[in-house]
Amino acid sequence: METRELTCIRCPIGCHITVELKNGEVKNITGNSCPRGADYAASEVTHPERTVTSLVRIKGGERPVVSVKTEGGVPKEKMMDVVKALKSVELKAPVHIGDIAAADIAGTGVNVVVTSEMAAAKKL
Amino acid sequence: MKRDLVIIGGGPAGLAAAVSARKEGLEDILIIERDIRLGGILNQCIHNGFGLHTFKEELTGPEYADRFIRQVEEAKIPYLLDTMAVDVSYDEKNGEKIITAMNSEDGLFTINARAVILAMGCRERPRGALNIPGYRPAGIYSAGTAQYYVNMEGRMPGKRVVILGSGDIGLIMARRMTCEGAKVLCVAELQPYSGGLKRNIVQCLDDFGIPLLLSHTVVDIKGKRRVEGVTIAEVDENRKPIPGSEVFYECDTLLLSCGLIPENELSKGLGVNINPVTGGALVNESLETSIPGVYACGNVLHVHDLVDYVSGEASDAGRNAARYIAGNASDAEGYVIRIKTENGVRYSVPSVVRTGLMPDTLTVRFRVGNEYRDKNLVVYLDGKQLMKLPKRIMAPGEMEQIILVKSKALEIISASDMADHELVIRVEDK
Repeated sequence: METRELTCIRCPIGCHITVELKNGEVKNITGNSCPRGADYAASEVTHPERTVTSLVRIKGGERPVVSVKTEGGVPKEKMMDVVKALKSVELKAPVHIGDIAAADIAGTGVNVVVTSEMAAAKKL
Repeated sequence: MKRDLVIIGGGPAGLAAAVSARKEGLEDILIIERDIRLGGILNQCIHNGFGLHTFKEELTGPEYADRFIRQVEEAKIPYLLDTMAVDVSYDEKNGEKIITAMNSEDGLFTINARAVILAMGCRERPRGALNIPGYRPAGIYSAGTAQYYVNMEGRMPGKRVVILGSGDIGLIMARRMTCEGAKVLCVAELQPYSGGLKRNIVQCLDDFGIPLLLSHTVVDIKGKRRVEGVTIAEVDENRKPIPGSEVFYECDTLLLSCGLIPENELSKGLGVNINPVTGGALVNESLETSIPGVYACGNVLHVHDLVDYVSGEASDAGRNAARYIAGNASDAEGYVIRIKTENGVRYSVPSVVRTGLMPDTLTVRFRVGNEYRDKNLVVYLDGKQLMKLPKRIMAPGEMEQIILVKSKALEIISASDMADHELVIRVEDK
């Protein structure tokens, strides 16, 4: 039996939850004070996901970088792979919120989309 | 220039106030923004978690701002960018507020307004206010400044980072800097609890194995031209460093995330009464300050944890300012209730309620001064218990609120024989 300790983030109480796992399957959850905590703990120990927010370079824009996010959660252990893959992405201004900056980032099957409006730089 | 309503600040508070004032039917509105774009600090908050209450979805800062910017554009509400309001004064004879502003195209100019909404936001507590000994080398930034460099300019302030203070921006920057290739050694927090949201501690520190040192502070900064390292010591219950607990961390950057202070220079110049606890204006139920027709909302009023609450509060301010201009804000009828906070409750917004102008339900927001577990939050009106709310946990980092029901309040007051009406909010044992 494997046990995992985690802090619930569903509300400010921050319960210390203990999850008992057997062969990767949740057997018992203790320490939570509501069902939301059990849900959080179960998904967090079996398939933790995170939305990754970062920057990509942009050419001809008002600024040298533009903000992006993964359109959904990616597996937690892939977070740094996503960030690294974004280093080689370069967009061209203008871009708009929701534009796809990179499809299927780092083999996660998740798209990365632009989260800021970025006009082309004014020519002097 | 003459305007009905001038809103100072085009961040989340100013934008929501403008949209709401227009919805209330007010035509003549002007937003003054010192940055070259609307949206305020949200533009550099590229992480997600905004808008769960307002839009029922999780947005990044720039996306959240864009939702409101679009509403301002669609409503064709005029705004001035790259324009700094430098003074606001009050003409008691005609009730006009005179805003002095400047920009590079128009130079210095004044606007006479019937109402003003203060929405200037807040600033980070700087190193000078923290009394950290040591030299003043390069490499010490407030967390928000570092956030601007990284997220807006694409530049990294350093490679090995120590963060002092566990405010949310500091936690967010621990993750950002790590993702951009820096090594974040630790986050030191003077208090025995974190000032940031639990979610940020888990997702910004725990996810990346960054230690959070509670009851620790920076006692020395080494380096003359550039930061070479900092010494961190544990503190006792009186927040005094414990001799012998010092540990030296070699680093080139120190980020400070030690609290936010409402930016009220304009308000003070105008003569608005300030609450020494929040650093923001004292306001009534309409979010009106001590000067008639001057309203305040968002982080300039009191620092919020969630932008959603800023938008909600600012909408109220916008609507109330529009009603004031329309002449629907006279308070001839009704009682005045003063709100007193004690026994663990630090302040409340508003601090005065005129029942004549009170909506059917009024949200009163406040913070506690300590971490409290399994306590009751008790509210008394004229000595009578109005509510008793059992609380599993209350913490300084999480804003609390109660909803006052007007009919209930009036019922108690009309039966009371007190001349001055007082609402008391306090923490009590179970």
